[in-house]
Amino acid sequence: MLSTHISLEDTPTLYSAPSSSTKRSYIWRLKVEQVKLLDRFSTSNKSLTGTLYLTATHLLFIDSLQKETWILHHHIAAVEKLALTTAGCPLVIQCKNFRIVHFIVPRERDCHDIYNSLLQLSRQAKYEDLYAFSYNPKQNESEQIQGWQLIDLAEEYRRMDVPNLNWKLSDANRDYKICETYPRDLYVPRAANKPTIVGSSKFRSKGRFPVLSYYHQDKQAAICRCSQPLSGFSARCLEDEHMLQAINKANPSNRYMYVMDTRPKLNAMANRAAGKGYENEDNYSNIRFQFVGIENIHVMRTSLQKLLEVNGTKGLSVSDFFSGLESSGWLRHIKAVLDAAIFLAKAIVNESASVLVHCSDGWDRTSQVCSLGTLLLDSYYRTIKGFMVLIEKDWISFGHKFSDRCGHLDGDPKEVSPVFTQFLECVWHLTEQFPQAFEYNEAFLLQIHEHVHSCQFGNFLGNCQKEREDLKLREKTYSLWPFLLDDQEKYLNPFYTPSSQKFTVLEPNTVPFNFKFWRNMYHQFDRTLHPRQSVFKLIMNKNDQNKQLEKEIKELESKIKQQKTRHTDTVLTKESLHCIHADSPALKPSLCFKKEQTLLPVNDAIRTIEGSNTADNRYSEYAEEFSKTEPAVVSLEYGVARMTC
Amino acid sequence: MEFAELIKTPRVDNVVLHRPFYPAVEGTLCLTGHHLILSSRQDNTEELWLLHSNIDSIEKRFVGSLGTIIIKCKDLRIIQLDIPGMEECLNIASSIEALSTLDSITLMYPFFYRPMFEVVEDGWHTFLPEREFKLLSSVTKEWRLSYINKDFSVCPSYPPIVTVPSCIDDEALRKVATFRHGGRFPVLSYYHEKNGMVMIRSSQPLTSTNGRRCKEDEQLINATLGPGKRGYIIDTRSLNVAQQARAKGGGFEQEAHYPQWRRIHKSIERYHILQESLIKLVEACNDQSHNMDRWLSKLEASNWLTHIKEILTTACLAVQCIDREGASVLIHGTEGTDSTLQVTSLAQIILEPRCRTIRGFEALIEREWLQAGHPFQQRCAQSAYSNSKQKWEAPVFFLFLDCVWQILRQFPCSFEFNEHFLIMLFEHSYASQFGTFLGNNESERCKLKLQQKTMSLWSWVNRPSELNKFINPLFEANSLVIWPSVAPQSLQLWEGVFLRWNRSSKYLDEAYDEMINIIEYNKELQAKDNCF
Repeated sequence: MLSTHISLEDTPTLYSAPSSSTKRSYIWRLKVEQVKLLDRFSTSNKSLTGTLYLTATHLLFIDSLQKETWILHHHIAAVEKLALTTAGCPLVIQCKNFRIVHFIVPRERDCHDIYNSLLQLSRQAKYEDLYAFSYNPKQNESEQIQGWQLIDLAEEYRRMDVPNLNWKLSDANRDYKICETYPRDLYVPRAANKPTIVGSSKFRSKGRFPVLSYYHQDKQAAICRCSQPLSGFSARCLEDEHMLQAINKANPSNRYMYVMDTRPKLNAMANRAAGKGYENEDNYSNIRFQFVGIENIHVMRTSLQKLLEVNGTKGLSVSDFFSGLESSGWLRHIKAVLDAAIFLAKAIVNESASVLVHCSDGWDRTSQVCSLGTLLLDSYYRTIKGFMVLIEKDWISFGHKFSDRCGHLDGDPKEVSPVFTQFLECVWHLTEQFPQAFEYNEAFLLQIHEHVHSCQFGNFLGNCQKEREDLKLREKTYSLWPFLLDDQEKYLNPFYTPSSQKFTVLEPNTVPFNFKFWRNMYHQFDRTLHPRQSVFKLIMNKNDQNKQLEKEIKELESKIKQQKTRHTDTVLTKESLHCIHADSPALKPSLCFKKEQTLLPVNDAIRTIEGSNTADNRYSEYAEEFSKTEPAVVSLEYGVARMTC
Repeated sequence: MEFAELIKTPRVDNVVLHRPFYPAVEGTLCLTGHHLILSSRQDNTEELWLLHSNIDSIEKRFVGSLGTIIIKCKDLRIIQLDIPGMEECLNIASSIEALSTLDSITLMYPFFYRPMFEVVEDGWHTFLPEREFKLLSSVTKEWRLSYINKDFSVCPSYPPIVTVPSCIDDEALRKVATFRHGGRFPVLSYYHEKNGMVMIRSSQPLTSTNGRRCKEDEQLINATLGPGKRGYIIDTRSLNVAQQARAKGGGFEQEAHYPQWRRIHKSIERYHILQESLIKLVEACNDQSHNMDRWLSKLEASNWLTHIKEILTTACLAVQCIDREGASVLIHGTEGTDSTLQVTSLAQIILEPRCRTIRGFEALIEREWLQAGHPFQQRCAQSAYSNSKQKWEAPVFFLFLDCVWQILRQFPCSFEFNEHFLIMLFEHSYASQFGTFLGNNESERCKLKLQQKTMSLWSWVNRPSELNKFINPLFEANSLVIWPSVAPQSLQLWEGVFLRWNRSSKYLDEAYDEMINIIEYNKELQAKDNCF
């Protein structure tokens, strides 16, 4: 097929480097005209007609109003061709960021072509074919390297005061010999020697022996993580018992420690039959064992599927919405994860007890609980930089299988699970309960979620550090974090009030009525469902404006001061400024300067209506005249139809 | 009757008060004719000052000689009093019961209340129909004021003055009144200046089973249409219910007799169904031991948000007819005093920027609820903790306020007032020191001489010091039609009311204060900047 160029004013903002927004051309592989884009929730089948293009990386739809809809191929979770209708061939595309688009292609052959191309483009067999390997944000090599060095976990452990008297850096896994899915640098109790480590790792599923995740300086208590022990019904391992003892001893402020098995008791017991299982309290001295009952990845996957299914229904009733929400179990799972994190934080704060957290393999539920627990404990993780560190530490470095869980490559669909999405949702619930405790806002969480699936940056590719090193991601791809930091204005919470103390513990209330459906995540792209005016954006704008004004006033004041010292004999007051202005040419430029300086773009567009601020790419497609927007109202025809019966 | 007869024990010492989010306090409990007061005496402050009329129900329990009274209020709060001494406790309980359910309106607190503030503007005269009509008459001459009901003889639930088509004389109105339930003939509710379309409201026509018709009624409502124009009749009842109404003498407009009108049936619930919905919802919110599944299933079973969706949808439909289709609308249900008013008032909020200001919203409540004859006395006699099975209670106005809150949430910058304003109105509609919400209609209010004997809520609210609390700092007038989303994902539980007493709002309040700080600081900086 002949390739041609499409020239566009804007790049697909969400996916490309935020730096460039010049006119660009894209090579397209496929172009189909007269395609209809249906409104997902409109009961009257409203639609927009336009042209659909497929590029190497994106699907692009430009409607008759020249509005562009970009969909990254990697974001596509499923493509479905529905039965032919009189209007044409319907094609439904479901994305990992919960966007659902419904096209109608006039000719079946075209539809078939698009369908096949998308299947091929959205499912890559090799990492090297993912977008990150071809994505070029126009950074030079040193910027690329610096970008990757932005988050330094050794520095993070130093921030926690590790290594210290009780905790040391172990080189046991330097060459990934003990555990392939752990990072090279691991922190263990000083008392744990090599034989203990090796012995313990042999007694743990996938060799994931207990290591330090977080050290609470104030309480001298530690959060450690591992996988399940290979205890079966009666097996024990002295080295593993020593390991736990060493962890316990490394905390001088409490004589017992907690072992949290984040699985439901029944699942853990069933694992015993397979030679795995959980710690027997009799074999380990001074441990308090606790199940917390978070379900496994399969239950979570099904739960989300159910939730999305219910919410995709046209003309959904309130009753069906709530019973669907209930039967999906989604919020129940979110609550379970948060409750586990609270249990963890309480053990540290109230009892100064160290906690060892595990699930089966120690890379899903364990990552959720450890990261959320520390988020409750340490206010650093509630800053933008700190949150990046947290994700790098508890998720990326400890081997949460991002590529498997997000289905980056064409692989086993049973490995896909929204574990990280749940983590982000838990954080969102916390930001809702503590609106001033977080430096970042909802857009930050959504943007991270976007890129976990986009495969545009190297951070989330692969399933563990070793795999990432083998792929040479640091040389061949870019890190997401510097781009988010460059853009951090967008992600700042205007209400943020930094806590004066490092350890300000959040104590969330998990009574069920505090949990709400996260509309902005699961209906991100269904603009008709959202509030049409955003308090958040407005306040963010005011905040920016305040900063600018402060600066300006300061400048002016210092200029006046200078003038004052020059005209020592003239008494300057604000009121007399104007006369001075008239007869003092020296002052003139400084005052004119102020006028030239444009104020922040606090404009009516933002004030009046939602999302007309095109600078914010997430909502850029909402920039439509607002009074035109059809809400999910009643269609009149419906009412009339009822009338005739 | 003397209140003293009802108060056997006016005062008990060493009473312990338990309330949500406060530590228990010990103090002296005093009963007066209208209040229950608890003072901890240490620093002479009153810990509790509760209107008897705010009490929805009470429960008493005894452990030995220690009695406990649990007081459930109409504003949904629950407090507990531990009273030493069985006799004292029994006396207090029976007094509260008697005082909170006084039969006679004239014994209610508003008749005894003497304001401590200076009245700047008398709220009883703030919203006069004549003044409202002046605005209308400057744009169209097609409407006139009719004084036909000045002695409430034509329609007991209508105000003395109503707005009707200029071409229909009072004689015709009298005939139409006999054809409409309760005499509620069609009157003007809203005139849409943008395109001259109108919203009129009435009660159901009394067609009964034999298909009775009334020429004057047809003339009246056709007079609201332009030549060759068509209109919509929105019946807030399902077709089924409307058909059944014929057996009781009611009914709906037959196509044959109203050929210029298309009828649309919606289904907004009424009376005990709404009341039960409220009871169930509050019960679900108050039980913190629920697990997630149970909470969601109870929330669903309460159907509260289903009612919200139904009401909002119908209001949107009316707006759609007026603004999009350019057609006039007649809205009615059965009596035209409940669901009809929910729809007409919400439609105006969606359509008309003026109704989103504080004054405009007060005027709307005055016009579409008080003067339009919503029976507040009956509907708000009991709230979510009522256990009596009376037929007339229903949270109709409460649902309206919740719907307004839903729109406010979706358009946080388009309203001059904030959530606290809505909560205040909710509280005062159920229990108040002011006379505004007493009585069921203007005729009753007139007989009670409320204007002379009680203070209007608006006199108090509209003073700058009070008004300050209710101003939305984000407000910027928006002249557009504000279409709310009615998808279930967009509707939310009104936490400010339903979870108010069940969880601490400390962090949310602090964030709200911070928001105000940012806005105030911005104003300050702007002013400073302009000084240079």
